[in-house]
Amino acid sequence: MAFWASQSLNSLALGGLLFMLAAGFSLIFGLMRVANLAHGALFMLGAYVGLASVQAGLNFWLAALLAALAVGVVGGLIERFLLRRLQGRTLPQVLLTLGLAFIIADACLMVWGGDPMRLPPPEELRGAVRLGDLAFPRYRLFVMGASCAIGIGLWLLIERTRIGAMIRAAVDDMQMARAIGISASALFSAVFCLGAALAGLGGVLGGPILSVYPGLDADMLPLALLVVILGGAGSLLGAFIGAYLIGFVYTFGQALVPDLAYVILFLPMVAVLAIAPNGLFGRRLS
Amino acid sequence: MRRFIPFMIALGLVALLPLVSPSDFYINLASQAAIAALMALGLNILVGYAGLTSLGHAAFPGIAAYLVAWLSTRGGLGPGPAAVLAVAGTFLVAGLFGLLALRATGLGFVMITMALCQIVWGGAYRWTSLTGGDNGLSGVPRPFGDMLTPTTFLWLCLIVLAVAIIQIGRFAESPLGVALRGTRDQPRRMSALGYDVWRIRFVAWLVAASWGAVAGLLYAWYHQFVSPHMLAVTASAEVLLMVVAGGAGTLAGPLLGAALVVLLKNLASIWIDRWVMLLGATFVFIVLIMPDGLAPGLMHLRERFRKRMASPTIAPPLAGQERIDG
Amino acid sequence: MSHKTAYSCLALIAASLLSTSAFSQPEPIRIGFMTVRSGALAAGGKQMEEGLNYCLQERGGQMAGRKVELITVDTGGQPATTRTRAQELVERSKVHAIIGPLAAFEALAIDDYIKQVGVPVVSPSAAAEDMTQRKPNPWFVRAVGTSAQANHALGEYAAKEMKLKRVATIGDDFAFGHETTAGFQRTFEENGGKVVKKLWPPLNVADYGSFISQLPTDVDAIFASFAGGNGLRFLQQYAEYGSPVKVIAHMTTVDEGILKSMSQEAVGVISSGWYSATQDAPGNKEFAEGMRKAYGADPGYYSVGAYTACAFVDAAAKAVEGKVEDKDAFMKALRSVKLDKGPLGKVSLDEFGNPIMDVTIRKTEMKDSRLQNVVIKTYPAVTQFWTYDQKEFLANPVYTRDYPPAKNLGN
Repeated sequence: MAFWASQSLNSLALGGLLFMLAAGFSLIFGLMRVANLAHGALFMLGAYVGLASVQAGLNFWLAALLAALAVGVVGGLIERFLLRRLQGRTLPQVLLTLGLAFIIADACLMVWGGDPMRLPPPEELRGAVRLGDLAFPRYRLFVMGASCAIGIGLWLLIERTRIGAMIRAAVDDMQMARAIGISASALFSAVFCLGAALAGLGGVLGGPILSVYPGLDADMLPLALLVVILGGAGSLLGAFIGAYLIGFVYTFGQALVPDLAYVILFLPMVAVLAIAPNGLFGRRLS
Repeated sequence: MRRFIPFMIALGLVALLPLVSPSDFYINLASQAAIAALMALGLNILVGYAGLTSLGHAAFPGIAAYLVAWLSTRGGLGPGPAAVLAVAGTFLVAGLFGLLALRATGLGFVMITMALCQIVWGGAYRWTSLTGGDNGLSGVPRPFGDMLTPTTFLWLCLIVLAVAIIQIGRFAESPLGVALRGTRDQPRRMSALGYDVWRIRFVAWLVAASWGAVAGLLYAWYHQFVSPHMLAVTASAEVLLMVVAGGAGTLAGPLLGAALVVLLKNLASIWIDRWVMLLGATFVFIVLIMPDGLAPGLMHLRERFRKRMASPTIAPPLAGQERIDG
Repeated sequence: MSHKTAYSCLALIAASLLSTSAFSQPEPIRIGFMTVRSGALAAGGKQMEEGLNYCLQERGGQMAGRKVELITVDTGGQPATTRTRAQELVERSKVHAIIGPLAAFEALAIDDYIKQVGVPVVSPSAAAEDMTQRKPNPWFVRAVGTSAQANHALGEYAAKEMKLKRVATIGDDFAFGHETTAGFQRTFEENGGKVVKKLWPPLNVADYGSFISQLPTDVDAIFASFAGGNGLRFLQQYAEYGSPVKVIAHMTTVDEGILKSMSQEAVGVISSGWYSATQDAPGNKEFAEGMRKAYGADPGYYSVGAYTACAFVDAAAKAVEGKVEDKDAFMKALRSVKLDKGPLGKVSLDEFGNPIMDVTIRKTEMKDSRLQNVVIKTYPAVTQFWTYDQKEFLANPVYTRDYPPAKNLGN
């Protein structure tokens, strides 16, 4: 019983972490059809900026905000000056975003050195909570809550605001959206900024669990892709469900069948894609 | 056959490298570039001609390399029979993978190929008793005994590469190759015209996998060592980068891309500490000035140069650029 | 610049050119150094560079009266790249010896190659057991112990002196983790202890939470064996879950190289190893202080490995009076190296090229406002075979995830 309870909590915490990682990726892919392979690098950049801010004496929350802003700006620059030239051209986008990922990762290594570093959680979220006879880290409970808050926030943004309506219109039919006077250019920049900022925020909020080290980007990118593809690219709800699904599959899978630890994430993915090539909640992808 | 002449001249020049190379190092580097080019040529069939972007191409060289390594070290076979079995085995696995992967297109295809490659990686990593785990398998014997010096090994790689260029070049121009490009640009129309899109893609997949397997053999013989690293996502991504940077859908592109990546990784690092950043910056630079890759970009430049040379009024029309974004 | 000064400048340059050719010194000793500057292993690589530079500075950039030319290459932590870099060092730079590479799989990737070309290689960190056991390489020696060398001692110490009865283990799922854990398990169980659970989280696992929840709370201790930054991540997360059980560990879990990034969670961890910045070996005090002054942190696994590798090469070069061009004699000298002082104190090599050295049991404590591994017991002159008969030891299979078999799982 304790096993199921504690592992379920772990699954939820991992799911929350994965959603924060994948939300930005999903958003960008949904609107712009850009598979941003620099997403892992932006996540890591966020973690490093957050860490540097905390080391400079900033409080954790301000550091998270600052990292989100900084990475958002980097994302905006990437969209404005580079990605914009390659609209609708998948392969050059792959080359560009992977090239940028190399540059960002190596720059992080250059600036912050290779030492793995811990990003301490804020004072008020340290330590464990006792739930009956099992102890669970307070910070992980917060991660679950934060992922839900981000999810709801994004949902409100997309479903309840003017910008959201424009995004939805553009996702459904770009030509039509242009025809009714939506500036795709501004919208793309805004969405890419937001997606990058979410990656940066995810990096800081994930930092206390993952710690910050070179290679974090390469470890995280496949997970982000997994979440998005399992849930269905471009669907926020899909990314949310995909993240929590993977949290459960991974946590229970590797606890119950440790021999399959390395394939436990990919077997279900192959199965899902072989049956539903667009993911569980995906729109039809061209 | 005439269009292969420039390629053969280029390979012939590389084959003369041992005459001028001050040390074996450069000869070995050329062998590595040839092996990488072989992988990239295979992947280009999928990415360039079929419009299917695979992020799991390392699976084929990886499986073949592991098979030949295992069969010729622990399996007790000679390098020759081991090689034949390794290619056959890879072919079978590729057939199975093709059944699963070709159900998807677009991003779904990217992900399912990555997942399949990750499963092979997981097997190689975890099935320690068979694969040696992360320590890999070392001491892989080479064929042809003492005849394989760095120079003759380079020649072997170049001969295989020449065969691959001719085979893939002719495949691309064959009715099947033309149909394949049709499935890339207009899958529904091809379907309506009575083409079996799935079957055409499946054949392309198998051709790509086979050249991947051959590259895997040469890789195992060159390094005499296989480890799970050659199956990692980064290994697949590297081959994809070679294809895209060189120019997907062209014959020269993958060769240029492979040479570029291998040389940057191994020569630039002699003089520059931050060679990873240089590699990334090079990719970004290529995208900005030649979004379709080096080979089409250089062709384009040449056309422009010719145009400027010729009288501006009777300039020949620009060569139609191949569409490469699926 | 007037003509006159220009001429005198030229004359000066000419004179200096003449003087170097006139008093032509012997060619420098070329040492290839394979480190990691890019990717996930770069932290260890940087520490190796520090250790090596310190060693060379200490010797005034000379060995056996000859200048040393160091050619550093970055393997990126990739086996295929490592092989190419080794070729670059041997074929292009024509080095007399190689110090490196960092990871065991990198060393294995060049194993055949160094046999073929016959270049002396001193490993500063790669610990794979079989490289100095069942598959020794005549051109390979190492300046670190095997994976399990220190853990045989910890197993005995845990059973006999800490009086632990039941222990669960958790370790990185790769050869290094398997071998270190196996060494601990073997001596621990032979001295009456029981290993009741073994967990193997993948190397790049995002979250240890689900593994920590599987660790039993009714055992006497958890044995942890992590490399690189994973020790930091595991201990930190274990503390977040309330760390219900005492932790004992392999040296890399609480290595000085990552100890500087840790805090309270590492306090009280008992570990075993052949180096601690605080150990009382002849020569270590000066070394540790010098390193701290030069690089601002305590030396650890990687920096000491590279320093010792360099000291080995130095000693061997002296033994052949600088004639490192005679490869066979140089290699022979390298294989019979003995050092009397330095970070490791007294150290010599066994017939397989693996160090025989003191192993200490340490406890991580907060002292002088930084974490330190404080020595509590020393096992003198420990070999890779511990107290076992060498022949018998080698007749058994190499340590793996399942060897020696754990007979008490679930008890």
